[in-house]
Amino acid sequence: MSILDSKIPEGPLADKWTKHKNTINLVNPANKRNIDVIVVGTGLAGGSAAATLAELGYNVKTFCYQDSPRRAHSIAAQGGINAAKNYQGDGDSDYRLFYDTIKGGDYRSREANVYRLAEVSSNIIDQCVAQGVPFAREYGGLLDNRSFGGVLVSRTFYAKGQTGQQLLLGAYSAMNRQINRGKIQAFNRHEMLDLVKIDGKARGIIARNLVTGEIERHSAHAVVLASGGYGNVFFLSTNAMGSNVMAAWRAHRRGAFFANPCYTQIHPTCIPVSGDHQSKLTLMSESLRNDGRIWVPKRIEDAEAIRAGKLKPTQLSEEERDYYLERRYPAFGNLVPRDVASRAAKERCDAGFGVNKTGEAVYLDFAAAIQRYGKEKALTSGMHNPSKEEITALGEKIIEDKYGNLFQMYEKIVDENPYKTPMMIYPAVHYTMGGLWVDYNLQTTIPGCYAAGEANFSDHGANRLGASALMQGLADGYFVLPYTIGDYLSHDIRTGKIPTDTPEFDQAEKDVKDRIEKLMDGSGEHSVDYYHKKLGKIMWNKCGMSRNEKDLKSAIDEIAALREDFWKNVKVPGTANSMNPELEKAGRVADFLELGELFAKDALDRNESCGGHFREESVEQSGEQKGEALRDDTNFKYVSAWEYKGEPKDAQLHKEDLVFENIELKTRSYK
Amino acid sequence: MNLTLKIWRQKDAASQGSIVDYQVKGIEGDMSFLEMLDVLNEQLITKGDDPVVFDHDCREGICGACSLQINGEPHGPDRLVTTCQLHMRKFNDGDTIYIEPFRAKAFPVVKDLMVDRSSFDRIQQAGGYVSVNTSGNTIDANAIPVNKDDADESFEAATCIGCGACVAACKNASAMLFTSAKVSQFALLPQGQVEATDRVLAMVNQMDEEGFGNCTNTGACEIECPKGISLENIARMNREYLKASLKG
Amino acid sequence: MGGLIKSSIARKVAMALSGLFLVFFLLQHFTINFTSIFSADVFNELSHFMGTNPLVQFALQPVLIFGVVFHFVMGFVLELKNRNARAVKYAKYSGGANASWVSRNMIYSGLVILAFLGLHFYDFWIPEMVHKYVEFAPEDPTRYYPELLHRFESPVRTGLYVVSFVFLALHLWHGFASSFQSVGFNNKYSVAATKFAKAFSIIIPLGFIVIAIILHLTH
Repeated sequence: MSILDSKIPEGPLADKWTKHKNTINLVNPANKRNIDVIVVGTGLAGGSAAATLAELGYNVKTFCYQDSPRRAHSIAAQGGINAAKNYQGDGDSDYRLFYDTIKGGDYRSREANVYRLAEVSSNIIDQCVAQGVPFAREYGGLLDNRSFGGVLVSRTFYAKGQTGQQLLLGAYSAMNRQINRGKIQAFNRHEMLDLVKIDGKARGIIARNLVTGEIERHSAHAVVLASGGYGNVFFLSTNAMGSNVMAAWRAHRRGAFFANPCYTQIHPTCIPVSGDHQSKLTLMSESLRNDGRIWVPKRIEDAEAIRAGKLKPTQLSEEERDYYLERRYPAFGNLVPRDVASRAAKERCDAGFGVNKTGEAVYLDFAAAIQRYGKEKALTSGMHNPSKEEITALGEKIIEDKYGNLFQMYEKIVDENPYKTPMMIYPAVHYTMGGLWVDYNLQTTIPGCYAAGEANFSDHGANRLGASALMQGLADGYFVLPYTIGDYLSHDIRTGKIPTDTPEFDQAEKDVKDRIEKLMDGSGEHSVDYYHKKLGKIMWNKCGMSRNEKDLKSAIDEIAALREDFWKNVKVPGTANSMNPELEKAGRVADFLELGELFAKDALDRNESCGGHFREESVEQSGEQKGEALRDDTNFKYVSAWEYKGEPKDAQLHKEDLVFENIELKTRSYK
Repeated sequence: MNLTLKIWRQKDAASQGSIVDYQVKGIEGDMSFLEMLDVLNEQLITKGDDPVVFDHDCREGICGACSLQINGEPHGPDRLVTTCQLHMRKFNDGDTIYIEPFRAKAFPVVKDLMVDRSSFDRIQQAGGYVSVNTSGNTIDANAIPVNKDDADESFEAATCIGCGACVAACKNASAMLFTSAKVSQFALLPQGQVEATDRVLAMVNQMDEEGFGNCTNTGACEIECPKGISLENIARMNREYLKASLKG
Repeated sequence: MGGLIKSSIARKVAMALSGLFLVFFLLQHFTINFTSIFSADVFNELSHFMGTNPLVQFALQPVLIFGVVFHFVMGFVLELKNRNARAVKYAKYSGGANASWVSRNMIYSGLVILAFLGLHFYDFWIPEMVHKYVEFAPEDPTRYYPELLHRFESPVRTGLYVVSFVFLALHLWHGFASSFQSVGFNNKYSVAATKFAKAFSIIIPLGFIVIAIILHLTH
C-alpha cells in the first residue's frame, strides 16, 4: 500500500465534487478574519486563489518576484481556455471535456480531478465575463468559440491571441479589489526562498526582498504555492526569463513529494533558435496549424542548399517537398497532437532535412491556404476571372485577419515576410505537466502546504491539450482550492497568529542565509548563465523530445558533475544585501541543477512512451503503428511521486496507482 | 556590429546616477536589444564589474516588464514593439545608443535602468475592477449579449501591458493613456456600467495623486505604445469623467 | 467648481473650453477687421457699436478678459506641473519622433501671443480705455478707421503683427483640434471637425496677416 492518499471522495464520478463540498468542514466568517494564508505566485492560479480567499475573509499575503502581479507568465498564453459550455450545440458536455483531457493526457491523470476540472470549467467563463474580461464575440453579441487540437468540438473561448493576458488581468483586477479593501497584502519583487514547517505543518515562508536584499519572515496558517512550471530547466523555453522552480523545490526539500518531473510539453510551433546568443524562445499559437502545411525538402541536397542560402523554399515545386505529417499521419495530417508533431519535426531535422542555418527548423507554409481562401473570397464577392495576384491579395487579407498579430511578431523577430515565404518553426519547451504531488484537495504531502496551477502535477497527465492550462489554473484558484483549504483551516480557528520568532523560523532563515553566502563565495570562474546554458544543453539533448536509457544515465552523471562545479566556481557579482539579479538567478539555477537530475531519474524509471515522454526503447514494433509511441499500462499506470532524501540520486519513488473506472484505456492513434 | 552604449547607472533610489559609456562588439542583427545587453552584462561580470540592472521577464512582448528609453524613445525606434522584441538589425555598426530608464516622478529609479511602476498598480487598485465575487454563482456568460464592436473595442483597450511607455514618451509624463485604457475597457461593457461613475473618479484621482503630469494631446503616447492603444480612449475617459463629475 | 478644477482632466477641459471661447472671439474679431479692407464705413460702424454698446463693454469684455487671463494662467500652471512630473530629465529625448513641434511647444507659441497681446493692448485697447473712461473724450463714430490706418504705418509694427499671427497659427494648429479631444469629442465626426479646425487655424491668422499688410500698404 502506497503512503500516498489521494483522498478521492467516494461515490459516482459526477457526484464526487458536490458531495465533497457538502461534507468538508467550513470556517465561519468571524474566524476567517483570524486566519492568514500565504500565496506564492500571482499568475492565474495564485492570483485567482488570493482574490477568492480574501473575498471569503482570510487575510492573504501574496508574493511574486515580478514588480507587479500582472506580469506573471500566465499573461503569455495565447490560444484560449476550454469550457464545456456547449454554446455551439455540438454535443459538448462535462463528460466529453473530461474524456478528451484524460485521453489527451495519455491516461496518466486522475479521473476524479479531471472530472472536477471539467465540471467547474463553465463557471470560469461566467465568472470572467462578469469581471469584464472581453472575450471574442459573434455579431449576435454572444461568445465565440473555436476548436483546438485533438478534440472534435468547439469549446475554446478566446480573446484574439491574448487570452492568457485577458484572464490574468481579470484575476489581477479581482486581487486589486481585495488589495483596496486591505484583505490582500501584496509583496511584489519578493522571492520565496524557503518553506517553514512547525510541528510538521507549513506555517510560513522565508522571502527575500529583491530590492533591498533583506531576508524576511512571513507566517501563516497555510501556504499556497502557485509558482508555475519548471520549463526553464532547459534554459531555452517559452517560459519567462524569471520563471523558476524555487518555491516548489524548496517545498520538495522540506518534504513535499515531486510528481512526474519528466512530463514536459514540447510545443511544435515556436520560432527557431537563431544563434548562441538566444535567451528565450517565442511561441506561435497552435492555431496556425489549422491553415499552415508543414514540410521540409524531399532531397537532402536541397535542404543543404537552403541552409547555405543558395536556394529559396519558394523555388521548390510541390513534388520536391516532403509534407511529412500528411505523409505519416494521413488521418490527422498537420493537426496531430503537440507531442507527435514535435517528434516528427525532430526526426526530419536529425536526418539532415532542417532548413535554417542551424539545421533545426521546418517550414510552416500558408501559400496553399492563401490560394484557397483567395479563391473562395473571389467567388463569394462575385469576381469571375480573378487574376493570380488578386486571389493572392484576397487570401493574404483573410490570413491577416486570422493571424495578423502572429505574423507581425514573426516578421519582427525573423525579419522575413511570412505571407511571401514560408514560416520557419521548431519545437520548444513550453509547459511542464509534472509538479508537486497533491491530493484531491490540492494539498501536498506537507500538511498546510497547497499547490495550484502548473506548479502541481494534477490534471494533464503526460500531455496537456491546448487551452487547458488556463482552465486548470483558474479552476484551482477560483473554485477548488479556496474551498478545500477551508477543511484544513477549520482546525486552526483557535491557533492564533503564528509567531515568527521561533526556532523553526530561526533555523530556516539561517539555512537561507548560509545558502546565499555559499553562492556569493564561488571562486568566480563562470557566470550563472554559463551553467544554466550547459544544463539546458544536457536537458535538451538527453531529456528532450526523445529519451533513451544510455543518454538518461549519462545526463544524471553530467548534471551531478555540473552541479558540483557550479557550487565551487560560480561567479556572483555584487552584494547579497542589495538588489542583485545575478544572485536571484544563481539561486534559481542551483535548484534547476537538482531538479534536472531528478527529471532524468524519473524519465529513466518510466520505461514506456506516454504523452510528452517518449522512450526510444518503447515503440510499436510492427503493424500500422510501427515506430510510434508504445504506452505500457501494465507496468507504468502510476504517478511517480519522489521523496527528497538528500541528493537527487537518492530520491525515493512512491507510486500512486491510477484507477480508471469510467474510461477504457486505449492506444492513441493518429494514422 | 560594434556599438557605443551610453547607459544610465544608478546604485539605488537614494544615490545620484550618471551616464556611463560602454563598448560592445560582435553584436548580430538577429539579437534582441535585451540580448545585446546580456552580452554587455556577461562582459561586465567577467571583468568583475556590476552588471546593468533592467526589468525584463517574458521577452515576448506581453508581460510589460521591459522598459528602457532608447535613443530618446521608449522601446526604441521601432514601432509596435517592446524592447525585448526590438532587434539589433534596426541599428548600424558604429552607432552610439543612449539607454536610460523611463523617467517620471511617479516612476522612481530602483537601480540603473529599473524603475518602480507601482503607481500603475495603485491606479488599478483604486477602481480598475468590477466588484463581483469570485463565487462562480454569477449569471450565465451569455445572459447579456454585448455588441461585437463594443466588445472588440473593449478588448483593444484591454491589451495594454502596463509598461509605462506612454508616460515615458509624454513630455508631461502623463499617465492618461494607461488610465484611460482601463477605464475604457469597462466603460464599453455592460458589466462595467454599474460602477462606472465611481471608477473613473477614483482612478483619475489616484492618477493625479501619484504625480503624473497633465495630458496636452501631443499624441506621443499613442505613437510609442507597443500595443497601439488609441487616443480615443483618452477622449472616452474625459467624457466619462465629465459625466461622472456632473452626476457626482 | 473648486474641487472639479483640481483634477487633471478638469483642468484640461477648462483649457479646452477657454481656448474654444477665444477661438470664437478670434472669429468675431476677424470678421470686423476684415470689413476694414473693403469699407471704412462698415468698419467704423461696427467698431462704434462694439465700443459703445453697454452689453459688449460691461458684460462681454470682462468675460473675454477673464477668458484670456484664465487661459494664460492655467497654461502656465499646467506647464509648471508638467515639468515637475519629470524631475530628472532625459539625457537624450527624441520628442520629434513621436509628436509635432507645435504640440510640444504650446507654451512658447503662447508666450509669443501673450507678448503680442501686450503690444496689441498698448496699441488699441489702452488708448481706447483712456479715450473713453479716463479722458471722457467726445465720441466720434468715424475715428476708428483712421486710427487703425495710423497704427499700421510702421513697417516694424506690421512685421511684428505678421510674426505674431504666424505663432497664432501654430498655437491654433494644435490647440483648436486638440480641444475636441479634451472635452471628450471623439467619434465619426472627429475627422471632419479636425479638418475644419486645421483649416481655421491657417485661414484666420493668414487673414489677419493679409489685413495687416493691406492696411500698411493702404497708408
